[in-house]
Amino acid sequence: MWPYYETEDWSVLPPELNRRFNPAFNMASIKQAINEAVERVRMPAPTRLRDLIRQIRAARTAAEERTVVNKECAYIRSTFREEDSVWRCRNIAKLLYIHMLGYPAHFGQLECLKLIASPRFTDKRIGYLGAMLLLDERQDVHLLITNCLKNDLNSSTQFVIGLALCTLGAIASPEMARDLAAEVERLMKSPNAYIRKKAALCAFRIIRRVPELMEMFLPATRSLLTEKNHGVLITGVTLITEMCENSIDTLNHFKKECGHREIVPNLVRILKNLILAGYSPEHDVSGVSDPFLQVKILRLLRILGRNDVDASEAMNDILAQVATNTETSKNVGNTILYETVLSIMDIKSESGLRVLAVNILGRFLLNNDKNIRYVALNTLLKTVYVDTSAVQRHRSTILECLKDPDVSIRRRAMELSFALVNSNNIRTMMKELLLFLERADPEFKAQCSSNIVMSAERFAPNKRWHLETLFKVLVAAGNYVRDDVVACTIQLISEAQAQQGYAVCALWRALERDTADKQPLAQVATWCIGEYGDLLLYGPPSEDVEAPVNLTEDEVIDVYQRLLWSPQNTVVTKQYTLLSLTKLSTRFQQGNDMPLSFYRKIRQIIDTFGSNLHIELQQRGVEFSQLFRKYEHLRTALLERMPPMETAKPQANGIIGLVNGESEIEEDKTMILEQLPVAAPSDSSALLDLLGSSDFDTEIPAVVDNNIPVTAAPVINNNDLLDLLGGLDLSTPISAPPSFPQVQSTPQIFSPTNTSNFLVDGLLNSSPVQNEIPSLVAFDKLGLKIVLKLERPSETPDLLVINMLAQNVGSMELTEFLFQAAVPKTFQLQMLSPSGTVIPPSGQVTQVMKVTNINKAALRMRLRISYTGDSGPVLEQTEVNNFPPLAWQ
Amino acid sequence: MMQFMLLFSRQGKLRLQKWYVAHPDKLKKKITRELITTILARKPKMSSFLEWKDVKVVYKRYASLYFCCAIEQNDNELLTLEIIHRYVELLDKYFGSVCELDIIFNFEKAYFILDELLVGGEIQETSKKNVLKAIAAQDLLQEPFIILFQEETPQGFFEDHGLG
Repeated sequence: MWPYYETEDWSVLPPELNRRFNPAFNMASIKQAINEAVERVRMPAPTRLRDLIRQIRAARTAAEERTVVNKECAYIRSTFREEDSVWRCRNIAKLLYIHMLGYPAHFGQLECLKLIASPRFTDKRIGYLGAMLLLDERQDVHLLITNCLKNDLNSSTQFVIGLALCTLGAIASPEMARDLAAEVERLMKSPNAYIRKKAALCAFRIIRRVPELMEMFLPATRSLLTEKNHGVLITGVTLITEMCENSIDTLNHFKKECGHREIVPNLVRILKNLILAGYSPEHDVSGVSDPFLQVKILRLLRILGRNDVDASEAMNDILAQVATNTETSKNVGNTILYETVLSIMDIKSESGLRVLAVNILGRFLLNNDKNIRYVALNTLLKTVYVDTSAVQRHRSTILECLKDPDVSIRRRAMELSFALVNSNNIRTMMKELLLFLERADPEFKAQCSSNIVMSAERFAPNKRWHLETLFKVLVAAGNYVRDDVVACTIQLISEAQAQQGYAVCALWRALERDTADKQPLAQVATWCIGEYGDLLLYGPPSEDVEAPVNLTEDEVIDVYQRLLWSPQNTVVTKQYTLLSLTKLSTRFQQGNDMPLSFYRKIRQIIDTFGSNLHIELQQRGVEFSQLFRKYEHLRTALLERMPPMETAKPQANGIIGLVNGESEIEEDKTMILEQLPVAAPSDSSALLDLLGSSDFDTEIPAVVDNNIPVTAAPVINNNDLLDLLGGLDLSTPISAPPSFPQVQSTPQIFSPTNTSNFLVDGLLNSSPVQNEIPSLVAFDKLGLKIVLKLERPSETPDLLVINMLAQNVGSMELTEFLFQAAVPKTFQLQMLSPSGTVIPPSGQVTQVMKVTNINKAALRMRLRISYTGDSGPVLEQTEVNNFPPLAWQ
Repeated sequence: MMQFMLLFSRQGKLRLQKWYVAHPDKLKKKITRELITTILARKPKMSSFLEWKDVKVVYKRYASLYFCCAIEQNDNELLTLEIIHRYVELLDKYFGSVCELDIIFNFEKAYFILDELLVGGEIQETSKKNVLKAIAAQDLLQEPFIILFQEETPQGFFEDHGLG
């Protein structure tokens, strides 16, 4: 069926010398041509493609071009409507040109299909081209094109089949792949190599789209490797590679049997022939025989040899041969070497071969060609985890690449540098990487700074160096530093007591300069100065850091004022600053002679925030100013220095947000908290430490335990986010109660046994229904009992509805009752209004809370209860972490 | 597997686009626009590789035209340069020292040649001779009409029977 193509004497002569073989030149086509000629005389000929392109190119402005295009599109549409089949081909060709310019051309889709259905080869050729350009997967016309393809795949002309296969390979959707897989499989066995190679690649695409179809192609694939034709060979290797990467079973299948020979020796033989065979002009590329095929075979060998000692053994020799015999003066040679090195590193190769491979990469690194250097870095990155010491030898060259003007090379070099950092070279590597960070493009800064922080954490030789590095990162990366770095730095400073004097001085120097573009630095600095401000002003002068001389309180306050007033600083930074300023009021020594000039200044600044436009800042302002008035007596204790945070990890950035109701102002009573502010990660630590340090001396945490064997697990499992809190709670017995589940409730203040343990009635008496969960007693003290009734509506499984029931079991009326709750960040809490604020004796108040728990995490809740009883105002706080699993699973 | 190939001029005009992955038209346009801007902004001394989103972009400039291919992470970048070069050689052989204008006015031919070199984003034929033979044979299949309708000096056969 393919006489003229298969014959050896076929030439590339210009067409006019080849007419005698033309199969299309027969009576039918002559008749058709005559008919068309008659048509053409009857109808006016449209603009020719060439003329349209000229017109468009002649347009001097975009508007002019648009006019030409719109006019032509309108004309083309009208011809489509008139079903003009004579000029359809030309019109579609013009439309494709217009499409390339970026104009819409979807209205040509159906016309393309008509062209494909035409018997003329020219029509088909343009029709398929149009289909590949204009159709995408989601088109409804796909069913139509599947039919066209099916017809043409059965054509008797090889080039028609070729066009159909090519189109299928380019736009095969999963549905098309399923419908046409059988046709493709049949064509893979065609006697014609031209068809076979295209069918093999179609099969490759079909498997890509629908991996389940792989099995049916296996028998036909096997024979592709016995071919001599390079086109069939390379497509066969590509197909097998895809199959082997797709499934281990297929990989083993090919390893065991492939035609009459095993696959590995077969591939080795083909590769050997390629290398050793003399010059063949047909496949030669600058002195290398068919590099395309060589690379594909090397890649397949890599997949076959991975984790397979025998297969690796069988290919060691040929890999060594390729690695040593390939000419490297041209890109082609390096292409093959690159692929060879990848294969050597990936299979179970001999150690000598590995040395050879790393040496090749070393040579690549020194190559003048940027492309080769890039490839070398890329490959070293893949091998660094296998053989670090070999890569370490090239460290200086790699660090040089950090300065390369090419962004691709810099990125690779950066990743590789971080892979090479260890405790021996950390100091020198970090020096280079910090230099890189300073000059890096914004896109690198976030990744690079995080990596430096991580490396420093792993390999820091000492705390001082670690801190210095973190400060340099905060300065160099500015606002690109990720939030976790702030938390991590704060934690490190808090932990390293010996370095706090240094840290506060160093950060003060940084803060004095402009920090508008370094918000994270400003946050760390203000936190640190707030905590250790006394060390800054009155600490012993440390000999190794340039401590600020004769710094006065007023100077510090001036800098703070600048920070708070500057519009460039973010709200979070200002919150840090405001809290820090409040803390400074207790850190500064209150000199006897100068009665509190700085004190007044601080108060003034904080008071101005009481009317700030931003609600968070305003709330902070109002709360803190209360600390200077009504709750003055609490201030010193409240703002005490935080205990070292030992457990926090750098990822600790989502902390339980708590209501920040330190100061129960009179107006607050009527305020109903509809939605508890879940504090943002960065500012919540500030809020927490306020809470944390304040309440420990007064708070009596009541942890309820309801006999479900709650082990210490929930406490240990505290996600890192909660650990920050945990650190604060060191003095409180929160983690203790679960170990003694049945302690009698004795009203013993300041004792861990002051936890009330109640078995919930519902738990014992009623079998829990799907959406009804036993309720629990969250609090029971001094005549107030709070019960939480849990309910999960079956239609919204993420939602937990908690009915809070506060009962007054005492004999005195409780007024100004306010119930507040907070949940970890991963939950969402909505509080509805309570039924009242006054609970008469044996009366009750209810309030509904809705908790959304998307992650199905264990629920924990912090409660704060305030009311006025007969003995005055009472403020209680408790944590509930024993919600039954039914409530959240 | 190659995901797409773009040819564009130094002025940023698209001259050819071949997509082997299914993207909506809008996304194709966006990708094209972004890539053209990024590549044109790169200096001549830089490497031919660009890591862009989740693909590797390999590009090379030949005279006034940029040839740009997006490949997957496992593909050999250097080999992609060879594929581009092979394509340029084929265009050159077919048109006879090809220039940008040849590709503008005969863009369909440029597509046909590419389709004989690559199918589904993978190379299908490593012999230049075979590719040109297949193209010539298909051109010939359109030929019979040229004999009957030679009106003026033929500049190309499409010219003379309905496409030109």
